[in-house]
Amino acid sequence: MPARDATSIAWFRSVGAIFMKDWRSELRTRYAISALLMFVVTTISIILFSLGSESARPEVLCGMLWVVIFFSAMSGLSRTFVMEEERGTSMTLQLTARGSAVYVGKLLFNTVLVTGLDVLTVALYALLINGFVIKTFSIFLVIVLLGGLGFAAAATIIAAIIARASTKGTLYPVLSFPILLPLVLTVINGTRLASDGAFFEEAYGEFQILISYIVVVIAVSVLVFDYVWKD
Amino acid sequence: MTVALTASGLRKTFNRRMIFDGVTFEARSGNTVLISGKNGSGKSTLVKLLTRVLTPSAGAIALSAEGCVIPEIHWPLHVGLVSPYMQVYDEFSARENLDLALTLRGLPPDAARVAELLDDVGLIDRSDDPLRTFSSGMKQRIKLAFALIHNPAVLFLDEPMTNLDAAGIALVRRVMQRQREQGILVVATNDQTDVDAFETKVDLDARP
Amino acid sequence: MRLTLGIWMTAVVVLAILLPMVPQPQHWYEFPVVGGLGEKARIIFFHVPTAWLSFLAFVASMVYGIKYLRKRNPDDDLKSSTAAGLGFLFCFLATVTGSIWAKFSWGSFWNWDPRETSIFVLLLIYGAYFALRSAVEVEEKRASLSAVYSIIAAVTMPFFMFVMPRVLASLHPDPIINTQGKVYMNATMLVVFLSSLAGFTGLYYWIFTIQVRIRRMESLSIHHEGELKRA
Repeated sequence: MPARDATSIAWFRSVGAIFMKDWRSELRTRYAISALLMFVVTTISIILFSLGSESARPEVLCGMLWVVIFFSAMSGLSRTFVMEEERGTSMTLQLTARGSAVYVGKLLFNTVLVTGLDVLTVALYALLINGFVIKTFSIFLVIVLLGGLGFAAAATIIAAIIARASTKGTLYPVLSFPILLPLVLTVINGTRLASDGAFFEEAYGEFQILISYIVVVIAVSVLVFDYVWKD
Repeated sequence: MTVALTASGLRKTFNRRMIFDGVTFEARSGNTVLISGKNGSGKSTLVKLLTRVLTPSAGAIALSAEGCVIPEIHWPLHVGLVSPYMQVYDEFSARENLDLALTLRGLPPDAARVAELLDDVGLIDRSDDPLRTFSSGMKQRIKLAFALIHNPAVLFLDEPMTNLDAAGIALVRRVMQRQREQGILVVATNDQTDVDAFETKVDLDARP
Repeated sequence: MRLTLGIWMTAVVVLAILLPMVPQPQHWYEFPVVGGLGEKARIIFFHVPTAWLSFLAFVASMVYGIKYLRKRNPDDDLKSSTAAGLGFLFCFLATVTGSIWAKFSWGSFWNWDPRETSIFVLLLIYGAYFALRSAVEVEEKRASLSAVYSIIAAVTMPFFMFVMPRVLASLHPDPIINTQGKVYMNATMLVVFLSSLAGFTGLYYWIFTIQVRIRRMESLSIHHEGELKRA
């Protein structure tokens, strides 16, 4: 019998194993990364073409940034659960790891993915789109980081749900949109504030909403995850 | 250490159709449980229930060591499963998969143990090749190693002889014999000759 | 019950439409004229109850869903989806009546003010709920997944209350009919309004119980057919 460590150390090891597994697997197969990359490049190109030489109002550009991020996230964040289901490795995880460890491991993976997506999208957007200015960078930074975590939190639990359904692809955005809408509205607001050059303190309301959203969604997800994950 | 596995009144329904009901048995260290029944009778479902992958619609399962009940969150440490429904990770190598078998369960990595098991199942030469290059027989051996690496008290084998050549079958028989000495063996199969001896039989055909 | 309900609702509708609206109500059977709205204020008797009920129905659906997760009784799931189905209908009616009111009061069918947006998001949530249900074939899984989704949706909906005020100024007539946020309605209007609310609630409950009964019988007959086939 192998030595039995304290349960919490075992839990962290389990979480780490799941995160590293998904990470290494993604580096080798690059499915999600390619999907995200293609999506971002395509949508920004379309925006560029439709704008032509004109530039849209900053408020509109702020909103569009998050539209690009939302749909790109939808194209890539469900992979972590759907892939396990499609390949028959769900049972492997159900047998070996605790539900909460699976959820947190995959949440971490999706957070890394979304943060990468955000950084890439913002960089391309800032470089290529005329008229997109950020005057208060500190607000923008916090918004992007918190927003990314919020996206990952909601997207992960919804991904777990649709992985157990049959028509996975189209169902994902349909289920995610109402859940993510408060988040999207808040980050757009925050981006507008950053774009207008507001003081850092003016965005406290947005930060509060984002933080509570993240806490609530993650807490509820941990509580309900076993009902989704186990049959 | 003596372990005991008890099942009482297990029932499973899907879409309100009953797969089986009233499954009850008890097994102790040194025992073999044979789950028999024709295709579709629910053997794999019962195995999934007993390994806690599925939750029963009614009934209870308990695993205890030296009389103390083992809580559900610790089950992965004491249970091993080889099943046609449980796959391993194609893009990783044999060694990486077996590392996962330990770390997913929250155990520390153990390179020596991984090598030992790879040797046991005869795949030490291919330890660093990705699993997608393996034949189905070789994958079955890896699944066996995956199930044994943490020395489980209870080993579940669902159709264990699938895809195996004569050498593979001999390997499985050796594993089964070792498990009978150390703990509990549960085998689900159509072919009763797969097991040399059994103390308990759960026949899913003999139910309504 | 049916008869009482029928008479009650007829009375409510008649009173709502026919009682005269005068600037200075002298008699008990007269409504005050509400500034800027005139005759169209009558829609409050139909729009507000349907909107409230569509929210309550969602909560009911979620409560039955939670009961299902705890006891695994298929009857709870039946009630959950029936409550949601009716709630969906009421939500649709509320959105349409609200939209009509908006057209008459503010000139356009849709304005994205907070209340309009929340009812719209509720409509999306109902739609997503049923899309999810139709995508899962195994009954037990369908029940668990929809219960979990309704919990997640219910938990993220309140964020709208905090987000929306920061987004747009409200256009809803609350400030006009209800300046102090209290129930500040002329007594006659209040009576008719509350009766309408009671009537609609009764209607909802009545249809709900009938539908639950019908669906129970349907599922029993499917169950029996299945048994006959096996034997």
